[in-house]
Amino acid sequence: MAQAAASTKRGLGTTERRDLWWVEPLAVGLGLLGFITYATWAAFQGNHYSFGPYISPFYSPEVFGDSQHSWFGPVPAWWPAFLPFSPALLILWAPGGFRLTCYYYRGSYYKALWADPPACAVGEPRGGYRGERSFPLIIQNVHRYFLYLAVLFLFFLAYDVWKALWFTDAAGAVHFGIGVGTIVLAVNVILLGSYALGCHSMRHLIGGRHDELKNAIFGRNCYNCVTVLNRNHMRWAWFSLFWVAFSDVYVRLCSMGVWTDWRII
Amino acid sequence: MASATFSIWRGTAEQGKFFNYTTEISEGMVVLDAVHKIQAEQANDLAVRWNCKAGKCGSCSAEINGMPRLMCMTRLNQLPLERPVTIEPMKSFPLIKDLVTDVSWNFRVKKQIKQFKPRPPDVPDGSWRMQQEDVDRVQEFRKCIECFLCQDVCHVLREHHKHEEFIGPRFFVYVAALEMHPLDMENRVEELAKAKGIGYCNITKCCTKVCPESITITDNAIIPLKERVVDEFYDPIKRLFRRLRR
Ligand code: SF4
Ligand code: SF4
Ligand code: FES
Ligand code: FES
Repeated sequence: MAQAAASTKRGLGTTERRDLWWVEPLAVGLGLLGFITYATWAAFQGNHYSFGPYISPFYSPEVFGDSQHSWFGPVPAWWPAFLPFSPALLILWAPGGFRLTCYYYRGSYYKALWADPPACAVGEPRGGYRGERSFPLIIQNVHRYFLYLAVLFLFFLAYDVWKALWFTDAAGAVHFGIGVGTIVLAVNVILLGSYALGCHSMRHLIGGRHDELKNAIFGRNCYNCVTVLNRNHMRWAWFSLFWVAFSDVYVRLCSMGVWTDWRII
Repeated sequence: MASATFSIWRGTAEQGKFFNYTTEISEGMVVLDAVHKIQAEQANDLAVRWNCKAGKCGSCSAEINGMPRLMCMTRLNQLPLERPVTIEPMKSFPLIKDLVTDVSWNFRVKKQIKQFKPRPPDVPDGSWRMQQEDVDRVQEFRKCIECFLCQDVCHVLREHHKHEEFIGPRFFVYVAALEMHPLDMENRVEELAKAKGIGYCNITKCCTKVCPESITITDNAIIPLKERVVDEFYDPIKRLFRRLRR
């Protein structure tokens, strides 16, 4: 009968767990930081965000800007000179805020980036704790408003796919066509749609708030569809995160002439 | 016959330490079998709580290799046996002795939750009519065996000891079963937001991960309740509409 250490010690990383508990938070942390770094860099570029009929999802809708996709023409003269301008900076706060306040991402970055807790049954670095009960995290409750914006953005992005079906030839004539870029942008809308429509706030709104599903606004089938998407919300969150960045990379590299956009039709 | 070593926490709240016990193991054994064998052969005074040995009474909760689990549902062939398997009592509750903790706080919390209050019967014979899909939604929550493993793993209780202000995942499941019940007329949203401390949950899903009944605690119980709290307290447009309607 041998003896070992006492079990009451606490502190960051204290645990009797034997498995590789740190792998998941590490992977999540790297994934999120990688995305944030790339998205910030891409948003500040302000160039190479469109190519032919394609526009990068980071830059859509393009409220002001120089590409053919711009709604209201180039950068307005009243834009203060000291402020950096990029069409992405005008709009990215909306999808960014949506992801930042998403229930899934919240749970995962509280773990991966704030160690609260670092992993299940693993000791924490700080004793004090306020959770989402008071300022600042109580603000996370605005999530449903970001959802409304995200749904609006889905329409813009779907319209971009429609536009990505019409190519202008050298003579200036417009033809129907499908390029690899069209597919990239279409997949992006599908993934983002599956992510946003499976949102917990959507599930609540569409029927979850009622105790009797017959009262759901669009009927119980709609609620059930949202529930199916919601079950895999984490997966949709990651696939769509990866793909939206990839869509930007695709348009950017085509625009820079590094990649060639193959026409399928 | 093969053998394995178990490092079992022995002691009381004041003091204690791990003791290693090596015992013979055979095919199909679960951790609780090994603990019983050790108790019978080497440590007659080892305190351990159990009842059904079938994962249904929720008594044998402990931490095995650091993870909250039922001892009777953890097979030895699921564990790496090269090193001693650690078995400790749950950490969110006061220790009585060895592997036995005092979980009575949970029963006190449960008593303070507003009870089921059905609407008047739908038909003269005193019965009600419900849709299957509405019942299905709360059925999941009724699988709970009150093992309190979710309470044990939840960092709000385990690390931050908010027992006075936070009822814990088990009771969010319980409130969800009542609050989403198609017949229930009670409103528990305000107390969820205030006295029951649902805002302390930071949706890190550890409760869901350890639940032996596979109840989707965070996604199906806690988040829908949080959304109902948002409706009531944090959604300015909803508040405005409510005020206008009054
Ligand atoms: S999801 Fe909430 S209730 Fe569940 S363990 Fe995490 S903090 Fe606790
Ligand atoms: S919800 Fe699951 S983990 Fe929590 S007490 Fe019930 S059965 Fe145990
Ligand atoms: S919960 Fe993830 S997007 Fe709303
Ligand atoms: S002894 Fe009943 S659940 Fe383990």
